[in-house]
Amino acid sequence: MDNVPWLSLVTWLPAAAAAGLLAVSRKELIKKIALAVSSAVAVGAILLVAGFDAGAGERMQFAESVSWIATDDGALDIRYALGVDGISLAMVFLTALLIPLCVLASWSAVKVRVRAFYAALLSLETGMLGVFMARDLFLFYVFWEAMLIPMILIIGVWGGPRRVYASVKFLVYTMAGSLFMLVGVLYCYFASDGMFDMERLPAGLAGLSLQEQKWLFLAFGIAFAIKVPLFPFHTWLPDAHVEAPTAGSVILAGVLLKMGAYGFLRICIPFFPEGAAAFAPAVVALSVVSILFGALMCMAQSDIKKLIAYSSVSHLGFVMLGLFSFTLAGGQGAVLQMVNHGLSTGALFLLVGILYERAHRRGTDDFGGLAKPMPRYATMFMIVTLSSIGLPGLNGFVGEFLALKGAFETRQGAAVLAALGVVLGAVYMLKLYRDVFWGPVTARRNEALLDASPLEAVSLAPLLVLIVVLGVWPGLILNRTEPAVRAALERVAPPGEYSMSREAPHADR
Amino acid sequence: MTAWVHDVIWLIPALPLAGFLVNAVAGRRMSRGLSGMIGVAGPVLAFVVALPAFLEAASGVLISQTLWRWIPAGETAIDVGFRVDPLASVMLLVVTGIGSLIHIYSLGYMKEDPGFSRYFAYLNLFMFSMLVLVLADNLLVMFVGWEGVGLCSYLLIGFWYQDLKNADAGKKAFVVNRVGDFGFLLGILFLFVSFGTVNFQELRSAVLEGGGAPVLLLAPAALLFLGACGKSAQIPLHVWLPDAMAGPTPVSALIHAATMVTAGVYMIGRLDFLYVQVPEIMKVVAIVAAATALLAALIAVVQTDIKKVLAYSTISQLGFMFAGMASTFFYTGTFHIVTHAFFKALLFLGAGAVIHALHGEQDIRKMGGLAKSLPGVFLTFICGAVALAGLPGSAGFFSKDAILQAVYARANMGYNAFGFVWIALLATAFLTAFYSARLLVRVFFGAAAEPRHDLHRPGSSMFVPLVVLAVGSLFAGGLLNPWMERFLSGGQVAAHGTAPPHAHALNATLSWILSLSGFGAAFALYALRGDLAARFAESDLGRVAYRWVSNKFYVDEAYHWTVVAGTKTAAAALWLAVDRVLIDALMVEGAGWLAYRAGTALKRVHTGVISLAAGAMAVGSAGLLAYVLYRILNHG
Repeated sequence: MDNVPWLSLVTWLPAAAAAGLLAVSRKELIKKIALAVSSAVAVGAILLVAGFDAGAGERMQFAESVSWIATDDGALDIRYALGVDGISLAMVFLTALLIPLCVLASWSAVKVRVRAFYAALLSLETGMLGVFMARDLFLFYVFWEAMLIPMILIIGVWGGPRRVYASVKFLVYTMAGSLFMLVGVLYCYFASDGMFDMERLPAGLAGLSLQEQKWLFLAFGIAFAIKVPLFPFHTWLPDAHVEAPTAGSVILAGVLLKMGAYGFLRICIPFFPEGAAAFAPAVVALSVVSILFGALMCMAQSDIKKLIAYSSVSHLGFVMLGLFSFTLAGGQGAVLQMVNHGLSTGALFLLVGILYERAHRRGTDDFGGLAKPMPRYATMFMIVTLSSIGLPGLNGFVGEFLALKGAFETRQGAAVLAALGVVLGAVYMLKLYRDVFWGPVTARRNEALLDASPLEAVSLAPLLVLIVVLGVWPGLILNRTEPAVRAALERVAPPGEYSMSREAPHADR
Repeated sequence: MTAWVHDVIWLIPALPLAGFLVNAVAGRRMSRGLSGMIGVAGPVLAFVVALPAFLEAASGVLISQTLWRWIPAGETAIDVGFRVDPLASVMLLVVTGIGSLIHIYSLGYMKEDPGFSRYFAYLNLFMFSMLVLVLADNLLVMFVGWEGVGLCSYLLIGFWYQDLKNADAGKKAFVVNRVGDFGFLLGILFLFVSFGTVNFQELRSAVLEGGGAPVLLLAPAALLFLGACGKSAQIPLHVWLPDAMAGPTPVSALIHAATMVTAGVYMIGRLDFLYVQVPEIMKVVAIVAAATALLAALIAVVQTDIKKVLAYSTISQLGFMFAGMASTFFYTGTFHIVTHAFFKALLFLGAGAVIHALHGEQDIRKMGGLAKSLPGVFLTFICGAVALAGLPGSAGFFSKDAILQAVYARANMGYNAFGFVWIALLATAFLTAFYSARLLVRVFFGAAAEPRHDLHRPGSSMFVPLVVLAVGSLFAGGLLNPWMERFLSGGQVAAHGTAPPHAHALNATLSWILSLSGFGAAFALYALRGDLAARFAESDLGRVAYRWVSNKFYVDEAYHWTVVAGTKTAAAALWLAVDRVLIDALMVEGAGWLAYRAGTALKRVHTGVISLAAGAMAVGSAGLLAYVLYRILNHG
């Protein structure tokens, strides 16, 4: 069993299915195949989580590696190498969980070019899984680029009225970032005497001068900052979200944004620790601005989707804040927050999608009093809202708390300002809830809106359950990610400086 | 005999949680009887478990139970754990005991409401959160309860959500509390980062033994107090509580009078070891408390809505509790929590019975003469009013007197600010007696302001709790007085110094005089010479005073025009200036001008352009990769 390439199976199954779909023409069958395949991948991801050895340290598990593009003299050795550590595992799980929900959300929402849509969705899944599993920098770059194409198609072909503008904007932003990154990848190759192996690169790049590290940090960092998105690279996000179909928004918010933060954690910080340290004050400052600015932007929005999009800017600010505290607590909080944001914002976009499908509107002032005709829907929306505003006991809180703790250990001022975001978060989300759900039903047409169907409720159930479970038992994630986060931050902050390192007070209990 | 309770402390919050889950999931499909029974069972059973826990604590045995590792945070970790010490055991009884009574009362009060099971679900969720808050053995678990009660408060204030006024009041409560919680969270972080733990026991030994620089404690003490100001409605975060009266009246009794709003006071008692080290902060606490007590009492005098009178009274009485805590005689604040829980819950439930009888009328100007038609409510309401006024012998008398003595003692220890605090509290005591009597007279005495028929008389489920609470309001103070200090001081940090010998006699005498004169003055004014008050209100001075006081000193307006409007404007302006113009128009669309032009020009072919762009990107990327590979290969 040890020789089975589990990761490749999980990764390539959707792409293979996407190719297979070309031979199918019945819409119903296409949807069923997409659902079955993505569900199988989700089951595969759950099995990976179950088979993952949390006590095995930072080592890559389920690793596989074969030579891909190589010269005989060994000067070039690009490998097809996959593997997961705790961080990758969390992201793979999140991705695999969201895709089947996206299929369900698109079931009746996507009416044109059905086959192409599901083919794009499935190949997108392969690309995303590949990014999170790749152990070879070149392979990473290939997956990174490959994944963007179906994403752009999903926004641009199945999107809303301004989809062309949105997708071109997305394309321009992304291509700008990718170009810099490509230069960075090549420079790393030459500077490390011909290495693409991501596990050995941190050591291989140890000889870089501070100046080089800074430039390389920027080359990768800009691409990642655009994805996060960090202020001021964020303006593609509201447009992309508003125009994307529900599935596109869920994937954008749930998975794509995480790739930015993942890149910082996987590449920028361990490869260029001194460069990262040099830019940390700037990144922290931008994180705080993102948190506060994103939250303020939410208050100025009247389109529900746009509001949620801006809330992502604010929430991902916490991720970056925790990450660039270079503390274990901050890094752990960041990874947890990445998962949490995927769950809560993914759920929010699914919920808005349900409403949009019924009312074909999504302005906050188009609605009012929906709690009356749609009680079940209103309850689900409330739970997700509470998760999003970081109510202790639900998932959002723990990640935010750890990220803030990390920041507090290193930069108190930034932590204090960032904590203001917690207040603002409650303001805009509760205002949204009030405007949409409370009060009398404002428009006649809304009186007869159907409540969430059992199928819709079931499709949201996994997210709602995880929102509660991870709030009560975040160790499910944190225990698995700790060795990997520790390793990623190892060179930028020696373990002695993680915190005000005192003896563990609980050890003696 | 009560040792078994050590292993099942978790049941105390778990029982109401189970009630919540059942009613939340299946409530709408159950009969009202069943749904109500489940709703009441949770808190009553929790009381049954809390009782032996209290007895254990009373016999000097600490109970603690660690349930599971909640947050592994690197070198440290935070567990979910509960702990019952004397302070927690007293709160446990108050919360489960009075909570049970109010649940029973609600059976009658909410009988006709279409949201019956939802109501009990929320109320049970509240009990769960409040009990977690009380039982928590560390700050972060306490914070779970702390925000949880805030959530339930929000849900229950907005319970009748179809009226936007209620929804807005709920939202206001949540947001104002979040401002406080911003402080609370930072306070926790401060302590966590400085001491490496958030566990109360470990913090206590770290703070007391470490002896370290108290300057490290200033910031967390101040920040946590900001949280307390939010939860316990102290200036400047008091503005949400009067609006919170939009919720059903039993909710006002349980959450916005007897239990949740005392959480801030409880928190200071819980962190006595911290607060005793920071006299500077305690001075601030005392001044905030005294100012809140006095101003809220003034406002209560002119309110015309029966629930608003009680709401401002609650704010004022909470000020009393904080003043007691600030004197570092911590037991006095807790004592007042207990007596206040009895009489304020009673007054709210009595007010609820009146409102219920009058089909929703809350304006005391339209009441009057209800003594004859609602004699049971009248008699119990008297007990509550007497206790609130602090008339000699009633529960309120003893606890209020204890606080006055404590503050007086503190002033005599060289903390001069407490002299002013003491005077402000004396003035408040007078005003409290005054508005209590005013309320009593306007509601129950004199002639009916309007002819009424078909009064809704309270059924037994509403009446029995009133009687129990009335008995408590009369006798709890006298019974507990000799015992409270000894019991609570056992588990807490000893206050430094003692009261001067004359303090007892002086304060008791003043309490007698002020409460009786305040009560008598209001009786004279409203029962005998009702015209005098009206005439004062029409004089020049009276009109100005009335305008300021009845507009609550324009604090809400001030917030609206500064913080609220400021944030909104800033949000709108920043969106336009930064996102739309600076980044998008100038930078992105400037840089991507060509691509954008191409996009608009090609819009005619609709989606084709995107496939084209994506295809171009694919080809471009592939070409680039091929070129790069070629170079690398040649290089190699």
